Formats: sequence, C-alpha cells, structure tokens
Amino acid sequence: MFWFFAAVLVFAALRVITARNPVHAALFLVLAFCTSAGIWIQLEAEFLGIVLILVYVGAVMVLFLFVVMMLDINLTRLREGFWSYLPVGALVALLLVAEMALVLAGSYFGLAEAPRPESAPAGYSNTKELGRLLYTDYVYPFELAAVILLVAIVAAIALTLRRRKHAKYIDPAQQVAVRRGDRVRIVSMPAEKKEGGA
Amino acid sequence: MLDSLLAYPQSLFGPLWPVVWTLAKILMIVVPLMLCVAYLTLWERKLIGFMQIRIGPNRTTFFGIRWLGGLAQPIADGLKLLVKEVIVPSGANKFLFVLAPVMAIMPALAAWAVVPFSPELVLSNIDAGLLYLLAMTSLGVYGVIIAGWASNSKYAFLGAMRSAAQIVSYEIAMGFALVGVLMAAQSLNLGEIVKAQQGGAGFLGWFWLPLFPLFLTYLISGVAETNRAPFDVAEGESEIVAGFHVEYSGMTFAVFFLAEYANMILISMLTAILFLGGWLSPFPASWGLLGASSPLWLFAKMFFVVSLFLWFRATFPRYRYDQIMRLGWKIFIPVTLVWIVVLGAWMQTPLWIWWK
Repeated sequence: MFWFFAAVLVFAALRVITARNPVHAALFLVLAFCTSAGIWIQLEAEFLGIVLILVYVGAVMVLFLFVVMMLDINLTRLREGFWSYLPVGALVALLLVAEMALVLAGSYFGLAEAPRPESAPAGYSNTKELGRLLYTDYVYPFELAAVILLVAIVAAIALTLRRRKHAKYIDPAQQVAVRRGDRVRIVSMPAEKKEGGA
Repeated sequence: MLDSLLAYPQSLFGPLWPVVWTLAKILMIVVPLMLCVAYLTLWERKLIGFMQIRIGPNRTTFFGIRWLGGLAQPIADGLKLLVKEVIVPSGANKFLFVLAPVMAIMPALAAWAVVPFSPELVLSNIDAGLLYLLAMTSLGVYGVIIAGWASNSKYAFLGAMRSAAQIVSYEIAMGFALVGVLMAAQSLNLGEIVKAQQGGAGFLGWFWLPLFPLFLTYLISGVAETNRAPFDVAEGESEIVAGFHVEYSGMTFAVFFLAEYANMILISMLTAILFLGGWLSPFPASWGLLGASSPLWLFAKMFFVVSLFLWFRATFPRYRYDQIMRLGWKIFIPVTLVWIVVLGAWMQTPLWIWWK
C-alpha cells in the first residue's frame, strides 16, 4: 500500500513541475495532496490527513485553480527569464538535494539507532489527543500563531481593498429591509363608466 | 442466521472474501441510493406540480397499466440520456471533460461510507466521521470547476467561477455549524452523535433545539452547497444558459444530474442525523412500535428534509450574486461564531440538559 501511494505521489509531484499547462499542474498538485493524505492516514495521523484534504484540496487549491484558470500564461515569455533565475534556482535545488541526502542516507548518520515509534493503543483518538495538546500544553504558541494569521488576513484585505468610485453599488442590507409599502402604492379608485357601445 | 448464509460464499472466494464482501456492502448502499435519486427527480416534478396546481408527469407507465401513470418517467429519462450521443466540444480538453462528471459524483457517493443507518449498520465506523464528511463535501466543487474550464466555453467558465467562490464561502459556515454539533455531542463519530441526542425527552432532546441557529445555517448552507435554487447561480439558466454543464450531453450530463441529487439526499441525511436525532423516534418509548427507534425514522426524516429542498425551489426566486456572498459571509459566519461561544458557556452551566 505504501509503495503504491508513494509511487503515485512521486509521479504527481513530478508532473506538477513538468506539465506544460498550468491548470494541469494545479490538478496534479491536488492529486499529490490526496495521496500524501492517504500516506498520513496509514501512519495513524488521520486528523492531519483529513484536514490536509479539507483545507488544501477543498479550499486552497480551489482558489488556486480559480486564479490559474483566469490567467493567460504565455510560455515563451516565461522562458525569457530562465537564465537570470538559474543561479538562485540551482542554489535552492542544491540545498534540497543535501537535505534529502541527509534523510535518505539516514542509516549512515545513525538514524537506524533511533527508537521506533510505538503504534497507538486501541481506542486512541488522534483528533482528541491533538486537541488536548493544542489547548493545554501549547496553548500560548497556538494562540500566537492564530493572532499572526489574523493580522496577515487583515493586512492582505487592507492592501487590496479599493472602492471603485463610480460603481452603481446598492447595499444589500438596504435592499433586504425594503417593505412593499416603499415600492408599491395601491390606489383605490372607482370603476370608470363605459362610453357608448363598443 | 446471517453468518450461516454467508458461510458458503465465504468458502467460495477464500482469501478474497473481505474484498468481495466490502464491495457487496458498497453496492448495497449505492444501488438503493441511485434508485432514490431516480425517484427523487419524479417526486420533485410531482411535488412542484402539486404546489403549482398542475399534475406533473403522468403518462409513462409500465406495461400500459393506467394507474401507474408517471412512475416509469425516471426510467424513461435515464434510458433517453443513456442512448444520446456524448458531444465533446472542439477545443475542449477531452480527458478533463470526461473526468469532470466523475469528480462530481465520486465525493457524493464516497461520503456515504460513514453514514450510520442504525447503531450497528454502518459501512465504516471511523472516529473522525464528521471531518471525513466535511472533506468529502468540499471535494464536490472540483467537478464543477473542471467542467467549466475543460468545456472551452465562456458560459461554462462563468458558471464554474461563480460556483467555486460560492461553495468555498458556504463551506466555512457549514464547518462552523458542525463544530457546534461536535461540541454538543463530544464526539466526531456520527453514531455517537445520534446516541448523544438520546434523552428521555423524545424530539425535544435532539440537537435542533439547543443548536437552532446552527441547524438553520446548516440547512441553508446545504442548499447552497448543492447548487440548488435559490442558490443555483452556477446554472442560472436565464443568465448563463446552464452554467458549468452547458456543453454536456447524454450520459455525461446525466452523471452531473445524478451527482446533484445524490448530494441533496446526502445533505438531508446528514441534517437528519446531526440535528433531527437520526434513527431515534420522536415519541416516548412507551408507545410500542411508534416509540421504537428504527432506520425507518431516519428515512422519514430524510424524506422530509429533501422535500424542504424541493419546496424552496418552488418558492424562492434566485439570489443575486452579491446577496449570496453577503448572506454567507456577513450573516451565517457571525451567527455560527456567536452561537459556538454561547454554546460553550451554556454547556458549563447546569442549564445544559442535553448531554451529561
């Protein structure tokens, strides 16, 4: 099972960077998220796995696709900057390779001596345990992270919010509050007499 | 008795038996679900017909039997769609074009894996059932987005854009409503949530009463999540013809249609389980058969909520897009947030009588 998920994950991750079409690349990223969620669930971290799908696949990638689909990306113009970005890209790639090597050659650096994590006892709930830790032992870091995120949200909205001057915008709250009497006036008038024969 | 019945096929399949048995259980859920979807379309047309003082479909029958008039309509519709040609528009991305209906119906069916029909009757009794459901319902939007993009059509694309923003917005309100439920039930497992609603008080012990604002929010967000009227701007036939599925024909269109109705049934089922006491009976236990809890109660509640969906469609005009966004962000999310705080405080006092 693990090998199947891992193979799909590696394939999807490769396609994310090699796919020509940015929409395809985004969809492959979705596939990569789903398979890594599968691997996490196998590692008994079902809360993290499901939340990965819920947050990244269900919300972040939807908005990502939303933007990518509306862009008209010109491939030749993207290629122009290739050589000027190469040194920075190569540096990052080297760093990544070094980190991967440290992990993959773990037996050489003595990773095998580290104790194997015990599998969880029956009746153990990953979600409950996470919630307990977050709200007791780590409550201050958790709250701090939340406040930082909130500040980031407010800042992002404040940076991008522009009121258009000439938009014919009507406040929906006002529209909802409208009663029939504001729009229609019912007039009671006597019936008119018929003039002559038709 | 069941064990002795299963002994023969068990020996037949040998080591493959768990796979075969799981597949059989999945079929036992999906086949009745598809039948329900078919007859829900008939019930929708009939019910809206009654509400508008019409008769609704009454001609297609089985074997020419008169009083069955209309009952064969879903079968005839299905057959018609099955034999129609599937047209792929020029310039469309063929693979994604065909993948989109699959992506639409997959989460609608996968979510049923954790739905409990009675205390024992559930395909997969996982601990984080509520989270799993949220994750699955949030995947449904991919079908719409991919369909809109792969069709290579402006109308379809507009529909997809509208739908993406709408579903992401209402998911937040829906998630908060579910947070209230899991606080009240102290569990993420759907079976446990129903058991937490089991008090001596009959239908007053269900969660719709203490969580009333969340119940309304969940129900209305459910209508928005399934792209049903009055939130059907993704289709909006008067503005963008049929929105995301304008280029689809034949069976590919039918799968979108099935997905929409399967989602409706799913949301109704969840409303019945989370807020209306699931399989519990509304009457006191001393009433004999009427007071006994059974899956029939669950189906009756589900039917009631599904009929509400149809009633909404027959009653309300379509929302304008900015009004949809206002309702989701400025009304539902604050209401749910306030009620979660109220609930948290309420559960600390002796006035909380639902869960001990």
